[in-house]
Amino acid sequence: MSLINASIDSAIAIAERRSGKFGAEFYAGRTNAILERAFLAFKTSSWMIVLSGFVEPVFYLLSFGFGLGALIGGVTDGAGNSVSYAAYIAPALLATSAMNGAIYDSTWNVFFKMHFGKLYQTMLATSLGTLDVALGEIGWALLRGLAYAMGFMVIMAPLGLIPSWWGILAIPGAVLVAFGFASIGMGITSYLKNFQQMNWVNFFMLPMFLFSGTFYPLSIYPDWLRMIIEALPLWQAIQLERDLTLGTVGWSTLAHVAYFAVMIVGGLYFTTKRLSALFLR
Amino acid sequence: MGNAFKEESTELAKKTAPADLMIVAKGLTKKYDDFTAVDGIDFQVKRGESFGLLGPNGAGKSTTMKMIGATSLRTGGELTILGKDPNKQGPEIRAHLGVVPQTDNHDNDLKAWENLYIYGRYFGLGRKFLKKKVEELLDFAQLQDKRDVKVDQLSGGMKRRLTIARGLVNEPEILMLDEPTTGLDPQARHILWDRLFRLKEEGVTLVITTHYMDEAEQLCDRLIVMDKGKIMAEGAPADLIKKYSSKEVLEVRFGSSKNAEAAEKLKHLGDRIETLPDRILFYAEDGEKVLKQIHKLGFEPATSLVRRSSLEDVFLRLTGRTLVE
Repeated sequence: MSLINASIDSAIAIAERRSGKFGAEFYAGRTNAILERAFLAFKTSSWMIVLSGFVEPVFYLLSFGFGLGALIGGVTDGAGNSVSYAAYIAPALLATSAMNGAIYDSTWNVFFKMHFGKLYQTMLATSLGTLDVALGEIGWALLRGLAYAMGFMVIMAPLGLIPSWWGILAIPGAVLVAFGFASIGMGITSYLKNFQQMNWVNFFMLPMFLFSGTFYPLSIYPDWLRMIIEALPLWQAIQLERDLTLGTVGWSTLAHVAYFAVMIVGGLYFTTKRLSALFLR
Repeated sequence: MGNAFKEESTELAKKTAPADLMIVAKGLTKKYDDFTAVDGIDFQVKRGESFGLLGPNGAGKSTTMKMIGATSLRTGGELTILGKDPNKQGPEIRAHLGVVPQTDNHDNDLKAWENLYIYGRYFGLGRKFLKKKVEELLDFAQLQDKRDVKVDQLSGGMKRRLTIARGLVNEPEILMLDEPTTGLDPQARHILWDRLFRLKEEGVTLVITTHYMDEAEQLCDRLIVMDKGKIMAEGAPADLIKKYSSKEVLEVRFGSSKNAEAAEKLKHLGDRIETLPDRILFYAEDGEKVLKQIHKLGFEPATSLVRRSSLEDVFLRLTGRTLVE
C-alpha cells in the first residue's frame, strides 16, 4: 500500500485540465461535489424543518384564500378577468415561499457554515474555487425550492387554482425567483457578523411580503408608492408567477424574467467576490 | 491571455524551481492594513524534505502557511509552489497540497468516513477511487472502528488524526501541518508523530509549524526560526543548537524573588547566562561542573537540573524570549 502514487486521475491532473482557462482561479467546474455534500448532510437532517417550508404556504392559502376569500369573493386580474380570491393569492404565496426558502438557506444556513462550521474554509483549502462553492450552495437551495414548488402545485391544481396551462411554467418560475434571492442573499450574509444583524433581513422581508401585491392589487396605492413596490424583487416574482398561473402572459412576463436574470448574474458575481474577500485574502 | 500567462509561469518555473525545489520564497511579505504579519522572508523547501517553521504565537508561521496553501494572497515578494504562483493559480496549487489546519474543521453534519470521502470529491476524485482510498486512510488514522461515528463525537486525538488523513486524500506531494499536535495528550502526540514519520519515509514533503521545540527536533530535517514576521535563523536542528547554544544547560531556581540577585553574583560562570523570571539558565560544556562551582560559592539552589541544549535555548538566545509564554 502506498499513500502516494501518480495516476492519470490524480487530483493534480484533474485540476490542471482547467489550467489557463478563463476563470480558473475561481471556478473548478465542480459544483456537483458541493451538491453531493449537501445531500450527504441532508440525509441525517431534521425532516420537520423540511416539512415546515412546504406547509407554510399551504396554511396561508387555506386561511386567506379560502377563509378570507369567502368574504371577498372575486378579484379582477390584470387582463380584466374576474378570478377567485384563492386563485389570485395562490401564485403570490408560491413566489413568497420561493423567496423565503432561498433567503432562509442563503442567510441562516450560510451564516452558520461561514462562522461556526468553517465549512467554506475547508472547501477552499481544496482545489475548489469560490464560484464552485457559491453555485453549489445556491444550487442546493434551488433543489429544495423546486421540491416545495412542485408540492404546492400538486395541491393548487386539483383545487382549480391554476386556470391556465401556462401554470406549469410557474414551477421553473419559482426556481428562477429562488435563484435570484439566494444569489444576492449569500453575498449579503457575508457582511453579517452576528445573529442580531441576521434579524435585519426579516425586518425587510416581512413588509415586502405584506405589501408587494400579495393579497391585493397595487392599484390602491398612490403612484409613487406603487413605483417603489414595483421595483422590489418580490413584486416582480409575484407578477411573474401570477401571469403564469392565470395565463395572462405578455411582454411584461418576459420583463420579470429578465429582472431575475440580472439579479442572478449580479448576485453570483457579488457573492463570489465576497467569498474571495473573506477566505482568500 | 491564458496561454501567455501559462508560458510566462513555466519560464518562471524553469528559472526559480529545479525539479527538486517544491517551494521557493523570496522576500515573501504579507501586510494587513498597517500590520506586517510576514516581513520579507526567504526560504526554499526541497522534495522529500521535512521543513519546519518554529516560533511563538504571532510570529507569522500560520500566515506563511496560508500563503503557501494559496488561501492567503501575498502582498509582496515572490512565492512559487512547484513553479506555480499561488496568487494566480490557487485551485491548481491546492491540488498538490494536503492541508492540516491549526484547528480541526471537520464537516460536523457528516460521519467520519463521509468526511474523507467528500473531501476527495472536492478535488474531483472518482467515487470508485475514493471508496478504496477512504478505507486506506481509515486504517492509516486507526479510525476503522469509528467510521460511522459523526465527527463531533470523536476525541481530540481522533479528530486530529482524521484531519491528517483527510489531508492525504488527494495523495499530495506536500503536506502542510499547522501546529499538528497542539492540545493533544502525550500519547496521542506520539501516535501522530509515528504517522508523520511513515509519510516522510514514503517521500511526502512535510511543512510543519510548531511552537514545541521537541516536535521540531523530532520531525524536522531543517527549519527556520521565526519571530515577528522575520527569520531569525535557519538550519538543521542539531546545527542550530551547536551554533547558537552550548552542549549542556544547567537550570537552577532560587525562588522568584532571589533569582535576579543570585544571577548577578554568578554571571561569570559558564559560557553564558540567561535570567528568566522563574529560573536561571547557565550555558556550558559541562553543566554539573557549573553546579559544583555554584555550591562552592556558597549558593544553595532550591532545585537544579542539567539537560542537553534544545531549540528552546536557540530561540531564547536569538530573541531574548521563551517560545511558550
